[in-house]
Amino acid sequence: MGRREIQLRLNGGDRRVEVEDQMLLIELVRSLGLVGTKLSCDTQVCGACTVLLDGRPVSSCSTLAIEADGKPVGTIEGLADGAKLHPLQEAFIDRFAFQCGYCTPGMIIAAKALLDEKPSPDAAEVRHWMEGNICRCTGYQTIVDAVLDAADQMRTTR
Amino acid sequence: MTEERKKVAGTSARRVDAIAKVTGAARYTVDLSVSGMAHAIVVRSTRAHARITKIDRAAAAAGPGVLRVITGDDLLAAGLTPYYGHVVLDHPVLAIERVRFHGEPVAVVVAETRREAAEAAELVDVRYEELPAVIDADDALKPDAPILHTQRGERVGDEGMDQGESGLVGNVCAIAGLGWGNVEGAFKGAHLVVEGEYRYPKLYGYAMEPYNALAFFDQGDLIVFSSAQHVYMVRRDLARMFRLPLARVRVSAPYVGGGYGTKSYTKIEGMTAAAAHFTGRPVKLDLSVEEAILTTRSASARIRARSAFAADGKLLARDFEIVMNSGAYTDNTPLVNSKTANRCFGPYRIPALRVVARSVFTNTVPSSSLRGFGAPQGNIAGELQMDEAAAKLGIDPVELRLRNLVGPGEEFMPGKRPLDADLKDDLRCLASALGWPGATVGRSIGLGISASDAGAYPTSTAAIRIHSDTSITLFTGSTELGQGSRTVLSQIVAEEMGVPLESVSVVNGDTGVVTYERTTGASRTTTITGRAVQEACRDARGRVRELASQTLEVPTAEIEDTAGGIRARGRELSYGEVIEQWFGAGGEVLGHGAVRRAEGFAKMPPFYEIGCSGLELEVDRETGQIHLTKLTTVGDVGFAINPALVHGQDAGAAMMGLGAALHEELVYDGEQLANPNVVDYRVPRFSDVPDEVVHLLAERRDGSGPYGAKGAGEGAGNTIGGSVASALGRLLGVFPHELPATPERVWRLINESEKDRGRTR
Repeated sequence: MGRREIQLRLNGGDRRVEVEDQMLLIELVRSLGLVGTKLSCDTQVCGACTVLLDGRPVSSCSTLAIEADGKPVGTIEGLADGAKLHPLQEAFIDRFAFQCGYCTPGMIIAAKALLDEKPSPDAAEVRHWMEGNICRCTGYQTIVDAVLDAADQMRTTR
Repeated sequence: MTEERKKVAGTSARRVDAIAKVTGAARYTVDLSVSGMAHAIVVRSTRAHARITKIDRAAAAAGPGVLRVITGDDLLAAGLTPYYGHVVLDHPVLAIERVRFHGEPVAVVVAETRREAAEAAELVDVRYEELPAVIDADDALKPDAPILHTQRGERVGDEGMDQGESGLVGNVCAIAGLGWGNVEGAFKGAHLVVEGEYRYPKLYGYAMEPYNALAFFDQGDLIVFSSAQHVYMVRRDLARMFRLPLARVRVSAPYVGGGYGTKSYTKIEGMTAAAAHFTGRPVKLDLSVEEAILTTRSASARIRARSAFAADGKLLARDFEIVMNSGAYTDNTPLVNSKTANRCFGPYRIPALRVVARSVFTNTVPSSSLRGFGAPQGNIAGELQMDEAAAKLGIDPVELRLRNLVGPGEEFMPGKRPLDADLKDDLRCLASALGWPGATVGRSIGLGISASDAGAYPTSTAAIRIHSDTSITLFTGSTELGQGSRTVLSQIVAEEMGVPLESVSVVNGDTGVVTYERTTGASRTTTITGRAVQEACRDARGRVRELASQTLEVPTAEIEDTAGGIRARGRELSYGEVIEQWFGAGGEVLGHGAVRRAEGFAKMPPFYEIGCSGLELEVDRETGQIHLTKLTTVGDVGFAINPALVHGQDAGAAMMGLGAALHEELVYDGEQLANPNVVDYRVPRFSDVPDEVVHLLAERRDGSGPYGAKGAGEGAGNTIGGSVASALGRLLGVFPHELPATPERVWRLINESEKDRGRTR
């Protein structure tokens, strides 16, 4: 079982950390106290563990920590600017787009990746992009509405 | 009487847990750790039914980091009660002598790290002598079936056991029945009899936070954090297991990642606490989703149903024979079974009724509560027969229902609470919103209505503390599962006390701190806990008046309540000012509220939960794939204290109902589950959202809760299965009697209907 040092660029920070070869990215971020990223299906199906790796949404339950060496990693904890919430977070609150909240960090991170790539999606595009994220509480409609609201908000404030 | 204007109640106030949940700051049990914490992994049975002949744990115990390997024998040897169950004490914490389903916990390995525990778990060598297993409920009722429980567990609860133990022979776990009138006579004289057999699948609730718990002992007190709905029920099981007074067991549920009934009652808390007991260390046990599926499911049902109608569509009689597959242990089966019996026939005027429901032990995953709780199982039979009869009688299905529905204030189960809803109006509202009867070629509408005896036993308490700055802390035993109880109960406090919502905080779900709450289930919190919260507020206001009376030297009769304080002889004081004046410095006022089965809740059920939802669908005739074009729910909640939260409950319940109607089914392949994962067990996704979703509210202030509110959260899902079947039936000419309506089943139905058409041509 090997260990190695990687350059971890987590939520804008930059530091060297030592990880075991088989350590998963979700284990690494959670071991650093960032437990907003949640484990559920553990098989890359439900999207609860979604983080941004090099700007792309990945399932951190199925990504090795060493794959993050030198690449920016974004988790839910890095989204707000201090006390100022990201427009996606505001929209999720205003639309009641969560209930238990367990899928929410992964859901918001997946939505951020969408809006980074496509700032003006329509509802069908939101549904298609978010297909890999499961929510058992809301029935999804409020999430679609929230993502569209946030897109509007981000366009007008840009 | 003019309705008093509410300031906070009735508004879609922002959730009080909103920021924590969108920033990742909300802490669930799975996120907790304490110093010195060890980790547990469960060793599970690889047989469906077997005698355990030997457990060799030497190799596992010698593994790196391993602290202890624990089996059921250890619990027995230590003098612990090795069984749990809130009705019947028959569920072993760890298997004793025998395993009764594939996946049953046999041993727990505790190690310094989770990985070390998992590696050692592979080395536990369990030897079995196989016994014949029975998977199907009907097979389990045969005279030569293997018997799962030759000796019944001790009865420790009353839930669903109104009929006592009579009839509980062989593998029958629970039996319930009700009825009245001359059933046979009514069938003989009927103009039309509709008859059929209906099937509802075994389901997995998939709360996204799988079961997990953290347990440790502090000076002999047992402390458990768990993803549990009913912390007080778990406390009772653990106190019995460790022979501790209730006061020395503390069970706490912080944020819970989904419940839907699946986290009702004790699950893995006993195993985790046993691991802490035998290692002397805090122990964390996190199950995987696959293990969660092996922990609880909902009961499948096979229902033989007959309904007799007069020519004008009036119901003359109904007759239901229900067999449910309830798995290896009793758990909540008696209650689910009796609710299925109560909920199958619908809120109709039925002159003669007979219902017999039996739940049967099988060598499968134990079943327990899941959203709707027997209602969706029965709905596919009871509501679909209304549609089948309508088709045969040539009467519009909505009209047929209207001719039979009970009215407000009418009793439809003798001796029970009269109906607290206007179902005819609800149904008209639903039909109109759906564009009934529909005009688009190739599309079909299905709808349904139900009234569930909800609320469970109405024991609830609450407390509030008014602080010296007039802010208020609410203490409630109700668990926040996502349904928004912290928000709604805060709104009630703010409304009652006349303070801003921002100055109310909630402490909930921790038996060491909060007041008693029987359960968080059966859609009861707003209605029943809400009433206890109102009582606590009333009590606190009374105490404030007493303090003011003493410091101001004014009789209490001359002291009036104001928003956030009192008025006496022209002087206005806030709660905080009254408190500080009485104490001299600092201080607080405590108010306690309790509700019980008396006064407004004297008649059971405490309220009826209304289900009124429907949909429009179209079918791809080549593939059998169903596409939802519309989904509509009518939330008959009496009064929506937070309308957005009610819509959220209706949307979630309806979507869960759609999952069961279209895709979800746990399938046994021989003695093992074929699909214990969320790849093969398909829950609804974004692509399953209907094209148009409309949530309506019906607010008539006719509920027994605060401001005329009554519960929501399950109803909208209860009628979805029947609605899908009914829409398909009217589109294809053949009514499906089995759910889920998977593409394959629908495709077969299409072929069947085309063959039928060929024959009649």
